[in-house]
Amino acid sequence: MAITGGPEGVSGSGGAPPDTGTGEATAAAKSGRLGPPSWLALVFLLPALLFLGAYMLYPILFSIYRSLWDAAGTQFIGFSNYTEMFTNASTFVALRNNVIWVVVAPIVVTIAGLIFAVLTERVRWSTAFKIIVFMPMAISFLASGVIFRLVYEQDPESGLANAVITTVQDTVSPSAAFPDARPRPEAPLAEAGGGYELADEAATDEAVLVPLVGVQSDELPEEAEPAAAAEPGGGDTLTGTVWVDFTRGGGGEEGAIDASESGLPGMEVQAVSGGQVVGTALTGPDGTFELTGLEEGTYTVRLAADNFTEPYNGLTWLGPTLITPSIIGAYLWVWAGFAMVLIAAGLAAIPREALEAARVDGATEWQVFRRVTVPLLSPVLMVVFVTLMIYVLKIFDLVFIIAPGSVQRDANVLALEMWRVSFGGGNDQGLGSALAVFLLALVVPAMVFQIRRFRRENA
Amino acid sequence: MSTREDTAAVDPAAAPDPGQGAPQSSLASRIVSRLGSGLLQAVLVLIAVFWLMPTLGLFISSLRSPQDNSASGWWAVLTEPSQLTLENYASLLDNEGFVASFFNTVLITVPSTVLIVVIAALAAYAFAWLEFPGRDWLFLGVVGLLVVPLQVALVPIAQIYGGLGIYGSILGVVLFHVGYGLPFAIFLLRNFFAAIPRDLLEAARMDGGREFTIFRRVILPLGGPAIASLAIFQFLWVWNDLLVALVFADAQNQPMTKALQSEMRQFGANIDVISSGAFLSMVVPLLVFFAFQRYFVQGVMAGAVK
Repeated sequence: MAITGGPEGVSGSGGAPPDTGTGEATAAAKSGRLGPPSWLALVFLLPALLFLGAYMLYPILFSIYRSLWDAAGTQFIGFSNYTEMFTNASTFVALRNNVIWVVVAPIVVTIAGLIFAVLTERVRWSTAFKIIVFMPMAISFLASGVIFRLVYEQDPESGLANAVITTVQDTVSPSAAFPDARPRPEAPLAEAGGGYELADEAATDEAVLVPLVGVQSDELPEEAEPAAAAEPGGGDTLTGTVWVDFTRGGGGEEGAIDASESGLPGMEVQAVSGGQVVGTALTGPDGTFELTGLEEGTYTVRLAADNFTEPYNGLTWLGPTLITPSIIGAYLWVWAGFAMVLIAAGLAAIPREALEAARVDGATEWQVFRRVTVPLLSPVLMVVFVTLMIYVLKIFDLVFIIAPGSVQRDANVLALEMWRVSFGGGNDQGLGSALAVFLLALVVPAMVFQIRRFRRENA
Repeated sequence: MSTREDTAAVDPAAAPDPGQGAPQSSLASRIVSRLGSGLLQAVLVLIAVFWLMPTLGLFISSLRSPQDNSASGWWAVLTEPSQLTLENYASLLDNEGFVASFFNTVLITVPSTVLIVVIAALAAYAFAWLEFPGRDWLFLGVVGLLVVPLQVALVPIAQIYGGLGIYGSILGVVLFHVGYGLPFAIFLLRNFFAAIPRDLLEAARMDGGREFTIFRRVILPLGGPAIASLAIFQFLWVWNDLLVALVFADAQNQPMTKALQSEMRQFGANIDVISSGAFLSMVVPLLVFFAFQRYFVQGVMAGAVK
């Protein structure tokens, strides 16, 4: 394509301003073709140049200038705004989070895009899949933010993320905790380390009774059976019963197993000797347990603290510690489609022969992927990665929307801080300008990368 | 481990030998590939569900009363479909502020998109087909401007707008979007225009066509797909913008994004307005996306390294 001047054309025109007078003659002379005069170019370019000058060039210069003045813009303070930027606690958190964002988010999104692109390659409904994953790109960060505020709600009853986690957790290891279970005040049990233990030591050979109350009948698991007294075990065994010592409708004897009283299944019972746990057992459906393999002697029987903890409630996604990873998760949801589509286009351009040759040589699919596909894709991966980095540097909306007011300080990023100090209440446009200039400085390497790539492609 | 050794180990089986072993291995490999493909499909379905779920959640939440939303998750409708109601939408459409913000969004988005396309097409034509000194340097400058963060312009332009008395107005928001959208728009169109065969243009010029005529009669029709990509990309970009509106639009002229953002401070209490409003704000982008999906994807891809 001969239209854009390559390097020679560029050096030839030497960066001279578009001079309408002489330009006409030189352009016509150089091209030697029938062409319009170059003042006409200015007519075509004028509106764009006015806008670019007013909205890009002037602001860059003015921001640099403004960043050297104080909040009100009345006093010259040199680089104080820049030193403040790196020492102020709030901007420092923003800076730290931005580093996390720039390091983590582009990598995660690029890898997800690569995986999706490779997986969809041989599937017939790949177009449908791509549309679904790409769809979030079309909606606003505000809408995405609202969507993920809902997903990350703490209560597993209303937040999708925690609902999934707790469901999985309950399936993998069903919790048998009875957080409200407790002994009667007069029962022979004492509190110990979050759980309870029998006041008197029990000997092997003995069958002990561990009565608890405070468990509603609808809290009992389905497998629970009427409580039964345990058979005393052999010489190395200590047995007993953990049950709900409560007869509905009154009656029943306290501290004794009555006919209608239920066992407490799944309770963890420990045998403790000299402060050490020497044996553990779980109660069966009727509440009985057998602590076996003990040396003959006496032990303290303890109900472990785990039996009384609240059930697992999922993660605090929107809390101060997890907020940035949570928002990066939402970012992945939005941008994975972008990475996937670009990488899929790159994949389609890889010559089939290269892959086939490797396969014929007996390489496994993984080797083909690792040694042939990825190296051939690396220019595309680089473009995706750099593009994501540029966008991630300027991330604003998602953080602003997803982080609840109380954790906004912990989720802070540079672009958000820039808005906050200059418009959102801070009213320090000097510091705001310094932050903007800093952001600009951060994208300069990307600018250089972009210009070089462009010149290479059009050389 | 070296590929060479593995190659040697696997080679006999993999070698295309139609004589012996081929039928068995192809049957075995067919079973393996069937199983593999079944697993692959399952994984992809799972990912697709995973990607759809959050949006579905917002949609269903917007169809439930605030009481239901605070009592249980949106999936409760699976067992109690009677919870579904259009009340949130009804009250949202009764809310004059929100309806006004919808029209503000349109009033901001349409003019900015049109202006960007027109101004960028003119400039792109000059960069692609007119000769003038410094053209290539100037265009490299535009390429460099692609990545300039919008934050740089907020403070300076706010000051200028204050002086001109257009701070807070729709005009100010529109002009800002045009200024910031131009580098990408010029870049995209210039690359497309430059690929138009030179002969077509030369022929038109030989026929004595004036440049504006050539631009209108030759370039614009041929550049249709690129212009469509650009227009759709810009339309969605501006429609979805929050930051520019946050700074430059006052309460009277605010688009939907800013109106909804102001409800976010009380997320739990305002969930009815927020969920239905957020979903309404998505309807137009989603329609545009599904109708012109190919053009949008092209526009986004052209924006790589912006």
